[in-house]
Amino acid sequence: MQLTGAEIVIRCLHEEKVEYVFGYPGGSVLYIYDELFKQDKFKHVLVRHEQAAVHAADAYSRSSNKIGVCLVTSGPGVTNAVTGIATAHMDSVPLVIISGQVPTAYIGQDAFQECDTVGITRPCVKHNFLVKDVRDLAVTLKKAFYIAKTGRPGPVLVDIPKDITNQKCEFEYPKTIAMRSYNPMVKGHSGQIKKAVQMLLEAKRPMIYAGGGVILSDAAEKLTKFARSLGYPVTNTLMGLGGFPATDKHSLGMLGMHGTYEANMAMQHCDVLIAVGARFDDRVIGNPANFAGVSRKIIHIDIDPSSISKRVKVDVPIVGNLPDVLDELQKLLEASAGVPDPKALAAWWKQIDEWRSKKSLKYKQGKEIIMPQYVIEKLYEVTGGDAFITSDVGQHQMWAAQYYKFDKPRRWINSGGLGTMGVGLPYAMGVRFANPKATVACVTGEGSIQMNIQELSTAKQFRLPIKIINLNNRYLGMVRQWQQMFHGNRYAESYVDALPDFVKLAEAYGHVGMKIERPADVEPALRETFTKHKNDLVFMDFLTDQTANVYPMVAAGKGLSEMILAEEL
Amino acid sequence: MRHIISILIENEAGALSRVSGLFSARAFNIESLTVAPTEDASLSRMTIVSTGSDDVIEQITKQLNKLIDVVKVVDLSEAAHIERELMLVRVRAAGKDREEMKRIADIFRGRIIDVTDSTYVIELTGNGSKLDAFLEAIDRSLILETVRTGVSGIGRGDRILKV
Ligand SMILES: Cc1ncc(C[n+]2csc(CCOP(=O)(O)OP(=O)(O)O)c2C)c(N)n1
Repeated sequence: MQLTGAEIVIRCLHEEKVEYVFGYPGGSVLYIYDELFKQDKFKHVLVRHEQAAVHAADAYSRSSNKIGVCLVTSGPGVTNAVTGIATAHMDSVPLVIISGQVPTAYIGQDAFQECDTVGITRPCVKHNFLVKDVRDLAVTLKKAFYIAKTGRPGPVLVDIPKDITNQKCEFEYPKTIAMRSYNPMVKGHSGQIKKAVQMLLEAKRPMIYAGGGVILSDAAEKLTKFARSLGYPVTNTLMGLGGFPATDKHSLGMLGMHGTYEANMAMQHCDVLIAVGARFDDRVIGNPANFAGVSRKIIHIDIDPSSISKRVKVDVPIVGNLPDVLDELQKLLEASAGVPDPKALAAWWKQIDEWRSKKSLKYKQGKEIIMPQYVIEKLYEVTGGDAFITSDVGQHQMWAAQYYKFDKPRRWINSGGLGTMGVGLPYAMGVRFANPKATVACVTGEGSIQMNIQELSTAKQFRLPIKIINLNNRYLGMVRQWQQMFHGNRYAESYVDALPDFVKLAEAYGHVGMKIERPADVEPALRETFTKHKNDLVFMDFLTDQTANVYPMVAAGKGLSEMILAEEL
Repeated sequence: MRHIISILIENEAGALSRVSGLFSARAFNIESLTVAPTEDASLSRMTIVSTGSDDVIEQITKQLNKLIDVVKVVDLSEAAHIERELMLVRVRAAGKDREEMKRIADIFRGRIIDVTDSTYVIELTGNGSKLDAFLEAIDRSLILETVRTGVSGIGRGDRILKV
C-alpha cells in the first residue's frame, strides 16, 4: 500500500514500539503531527521548549535503556534542541531526533525557518541524515534506531523536508539492517582477556574504576559479581554511580575532582587498575601527566576503540561489549588456579581504611543554617535510598552524587559530560514517563532550575509528581566557589538577585510549594512531601548555607592526590 | 611524523564535511586532503596527509573509523607506498626565459600544456618534494600562479584498499 512520508514516520515509530515522543509542533512537521493525531499507539508529550523535549527523551532513555524519541520543527525548533542533543551525545545516550526541514526545493534559499540542521548538529550527534527521497525514509529511520542503540550509543538525527512527508511510496519496514561501513558488535579479544586475568591475579594493590559504560551496557550486576568475587575495591565515576552498590563495603565512592579521599588516593597508589567502561576524563583523573607519573599497570575495557589510549596509555586494551567481556573475565577467573594474594590484599585494604578514616565527606550541621549536604542525607533516608534522582549542574549536583548512595544503576541521572544547567526538571519528567510508579526527585539550585522552569507546566499537564529539591544558596554556587578559591573572592556575576518566590511560582503552575529555612524542619518537610504529597509535584525551596563549598576538591590541572580537603571542622 | 591516510567512505552528501569537521573539531592537523569517487560510484576515496605523534595518528585513525560513513581506513605510511601530486604552474616565459623554462620543465619531466606569447602552463606530477623542488629551481619572480591537487596515495605490492 502507498503511504505518505508522514504516515511512514508514524508506522516506523510503531514498528520500533515507541511509547512516548517528546516534541513541539511547527510548520515543517505539520503533516507528521496530523498523522500523529490519528493514532494512539504512542503518546506525544508536549513540552514547553524543545530543549526540554530532548532532555526528557534523554532521561527516558537513561532510566530505562530504551531509545528516547523527539520530534521538532525546522529552524528554531532544531536550534533549541541542540543543547539537549549535545548533552545526550557527551553522555552516549541513544536518541532518535526527527526534525522537520523546509521543502526540498527551498533548501539553500534562506527560506522561512530554514537552517542547516545536518551541519549544525553534525559535531554533536553519533550520526545524522537528510532524507531526500520518500523511498529512503523507512530505511533511514530504521538505520537511525539501529545506530543509536548499537556500539557506543548516541543520538541520531533524521532531518525530513516537508514535501517528503506529503509524498507517497510503498511502505515496508526493513527487519534488519546491514551497513558495510558500520559493524559495531565486537567481542573482546580473548588473548587480551587472558592477559588481564593474569594481571589481576598478580595484583598487590588492585583497583576497579567503573564508569558510565557499566550503566549504559546494563553491566552493573556482572561488574558487582566480578568485583565481589575478587574482593577488590571499586570506585565509580559521576556517570557510573549505581554501577556498583555504594553501600557495599568494597565501594570507595566516587572519584575525581570531587571524589572521596580514599578513591583518589587508591587511584594513585594502586599497582593494577582496571578501567571498566570509563574514559579517563579530565574531571576524573585530573592532570594526565601527574596521573601517569606513578607506575601502575592499566587494563581498559571499552566498546569504543577511540576511548582507549586517548588520554592515558594503557597496557591491556580490551575493545568489546562490556557484559560479554565481564562474562569472559569471570569465567576465566573461576577456572583459574590462581587467587589474589590474601596478604597483599589485606595490607591494601588496611591502607584504604586508613584513607577512609579521614572521613573526607564530613561536614557540620548546626542549629541555624541548613547545610546542603544535610538535605541530601535526609533525602536519602526519607526515600529509603530507592528514588530516581536527577540533578542539574553545580554544587548541588556534586552533593547529590556524594551523599545519595546509589545501589542500583539508572537511578542517578545527570549531565556529566556537557554539564548542562537546566536538565534537572526535564530529566525528572523523562524518568517518570519511563518509570510511571517511581519516586523521582530533582536536586537543583536556584540558578539551574530557572533554565527550564517552564516545564512546571508540562509536569502539571501530565500529572508528574516530581519532587524538586532546590538547594537555594542565592549564588551560582559552583561559580562562586571557584571565584573564592581561584579568583581572589571576586564574585563576578555569581550572585543571583531578584529571585522569584518559588512557593508562589509553584502554586501558580498548580503545584505545591514549600519553603524550608531551618535545619529542624528539613526532615519533617521531606517526610510530608514524600507521604502526604506523594501524588503532587512539590517544589521544596531549601534556604541553604551560602558559604558551603564542595570538598574534597582536585583543582583543575592538579593531580588526584593533590586534594583540597574541607577546612578542619 | 608525516602520515598518509587513505579512507574509503560512502559517497553520500556531506561525507567530506564529516571528515573535515572531525579534523577541525579535534584540532588534528591536516596538510592536504583529496577526494573523488572510485570505480564503484557508491564509494569515495580520500587521501589525507597529516602530521602528529604516533598517539595523535592513532587517534586520527580511530576517530575516522568511528564515523558511520567510513568503510575503511589505512595508514599508508606504515608500509611501502606511492604518493603522487599534480601541479599546474603558470609561468612567465618570454625572451630568454622561454627556452630556460622549457629546459627545466623537461628536466622535471613536466609538460607544457598551454602556451601564449609570454606564458606557459606547465603540468607536473610527482611526490610533494619533487613539486617543491621544481618551484625552487625556477626563478620565483616568473611564477604567475600555481595550483596543486594535494597528495593521492596507494600502497605498493599487493597492499590493496578495497571493500
Ligand atoms: C547552561 C550552563 N551555563 C553555565 C554553566 C556554568 N555553571 C556551572 S555550575 C554553575 C552554577 C550553578 O548554580 P546553581 O544552579 O544555583 O547551583 P549551585 O552551584 O549553587 O548548587 C554555572 C553557572 C553551566 N554549567 N551550564
